[in-house]
Amino acid sequence: MTTLQGADDPASPRAVTSSSVSGGAGDPSGDPGGDRARARKQAHRRRMSKNWSLFVLFAGPNILLILAFIYFPLVSNMYYSTLDWRLGSPRATPVGLDNYVRFFTSDSGLEVWRVTGIFTGGAVIGSMVLGMLIALVLNKKLPGRTAARTAVFAPYVLSGVGVAMVWNFIFDPTRGALSHILGFFGVASPQWYLNEDWALVMVIIVYVWKNLGFCAVVFLAGLQAIPQDLIEAATLDRAGAMRRFFSIVLPLLTPTVFFLLVTNIIFSMTNAFDILRIMTPTGHGTNTIIFEIYLQSFGAYQRAGYSAAIAVVLFFTLFLITAVQLRYVERKVHYQ
Amino acid sequence: MKAFAPRNLADTMLAGYLPILLALLIIVLPLAWMVLSSFKPPGEILTLNPTLLPQDPTLSNYAAVGDRVPLLTVLRNSVVVTVIGATIKVVLAVTTAYALVFIKVPGANIIFLGILVALMVPPEVSMLPNYLTITALGGRNTLWGIILPGLGTAFGTFLLRQHFKALPNELFEAAELDGAGHGRKLVQIAAPVSLPAIATVALVTIVSEWNNFLWPLIIIDSPDKMTLPVGLNLLQSIESQTGSYGILMAGAVLVIVPVLVIFAALQRYIVAGLTQGAVK
Repeated sequence: MTTLQGADDPASPRAVTSSSVSGGAGDPSGDPGGDRARARKQAHRRRMSKNWSLFVLFAGPNILLILAFIYFPLVSNMYYSTLDWRLGSPRATPVGLDNYVRFFTSDSGLEVWRVTGIFTGGAVIGSMVLGMLIALVLNKKLPGRTAARTAVFAPYVLSGVGVAMVWNFIFDPTRGALSHILGFFGVASPQWYLNEDWALVMVIIVYVWKNLGFCAVVFLAGLQAIPQDLIEAATLDRAGAMRRFFSIVLPLLTPTVFFLLVTNIIFSMTNAFDILRIMTPTGHGTNTIIFEIYLQSFGAYQRAGYSAAIAVVLFFTLFLITAVQLRYVERKVHYQ
Repeated sequence: MKAFAPRNLADTMLAGYLPILLALLIIVLPLAWMVLSSFKPPGEILTLNPTLLPQDPTLSNYAAVGDRVPLLTVLRNSVVVTVIGATIKVVLAVTTAYALVFIKVPGANIIFLGILVALMVPPEVSMLPNYLTITALGGRNTLWGIILPGLGTAFGTFLLRQHFKALPNELFEAAELDGAGHGRKLVQIAAPVSLPAIATVALVTIVSEWNNFLWPLIIIDSPDKMTLPVGLNLLQSIESQTGSYGILMAGAVLVIVPVLVIFAALQRYIVAGLTQGAVK
């Protein structure tokens, strides 16, 4: 009886647990009010359990797949990360946090952070600045701008492998289109593939090319949301184009800028694999954190434990960035 | 303000079309270069005075791609993986999103949060454990081994949940009076009125399945089970030393052009799906 009364109160935690208890069938009290409550409760419980079976039928497979191929890997990575273990080897030695210490202190680990920092910085600034410039131009009411918007966005959806192959040809120091263009100006082509610094510059350029359309389209949507009368009022006040941009447009665009900044940081850390792997297969000078995870376990070294540790670090880095973004978004909603 | 009025013409050209033209050249030229080079014989690739258009167009580069990799098999694999993978993912996304919005169970929000967090995990993080799982299940060098680990869909679920939440209750009232269950409400009401959103999810999924590289690269090493991007990686490692760029460009055309065609025809849905969250 107590379970039934508890279950009638939706705030009671027993409401959940009682649903597994089968109906209080032997209740002898015979009180009609209790009967009604019990009938209501039973109906509710039947509906609940029917809902649960439907829910499992509809959402279960997807949830199971996500658990098996996203969450389980997250957890097992944490275990693998404490091992000194070569992929394919039956022998693994527990080493505690050694793999993490190595990633944060060794020269090769710090090199990964340096390369990731430069790649992310270059990719984010490059695609956002160029994306903004293109958005400003596309924001003018010119015939044909929809077609231009489509064309600018196109590289973002293309295969990274295909794009990287095309740019491999363009960057070829002796036969590439770029070497011919540079030669026209009397400049010798840099050794894009032999020199590690140039290789990093090269992959940043290709990433920016592929990514700037995304930034342009998001900026364009932000620009089109700015009330036109604000701009017109400023124009009447004889504010120049620069003044209008920095005093009105850019401040109103802050949420868009912040959103793009965060997504670009995350994307540039996670989406660049195809380009890096095809243009610089060994990763000398271009081993950003995702590429390093791959190279360590599936490249020449087969250091699965170390690779797992880097994967764990990457996950928590992304988690942190997202948490900061969510906090910011919440604050924005509050103060608006 | 008229863009082509005489007093605005110079401004329109200099501040409008000139930068647009410049941007378009930077975007379009590399792709045009790819297509044109794929029809050039080796002599026109190696020359120090290249021309934009092929002087003596040839299909030999495409035939050469077929010699280096089992091209028809690879293309078929890519189509099979894309079609089966995308179909299952879209169905799972629709049913999961429906369950999250319309089937009232306690804790649905926490489950949704769990799906959101999964959205944040890049494939590189789950790659190694999944490789071990699929290998243990005997899925190396099989097409189902390529498809299976990617089937759980967080992106589509998220996007469709937003959409279903915005559907007005009135839509379902008549059906509820008829005593329709959730299955009928999903198939006869929620899905049909959400076709544009479902198309968006489908197109974005198709494109990303077609382009997917990292996972098939790891789980496949036998050429007759490779998808197109992995086959092209093989082609690249065979041909890059000899500088046979004509052949490589023909390969790139095969993976890029189908997506370009789809994008050109249906860009509205694809752009909307990929900029979801940023553009309302």
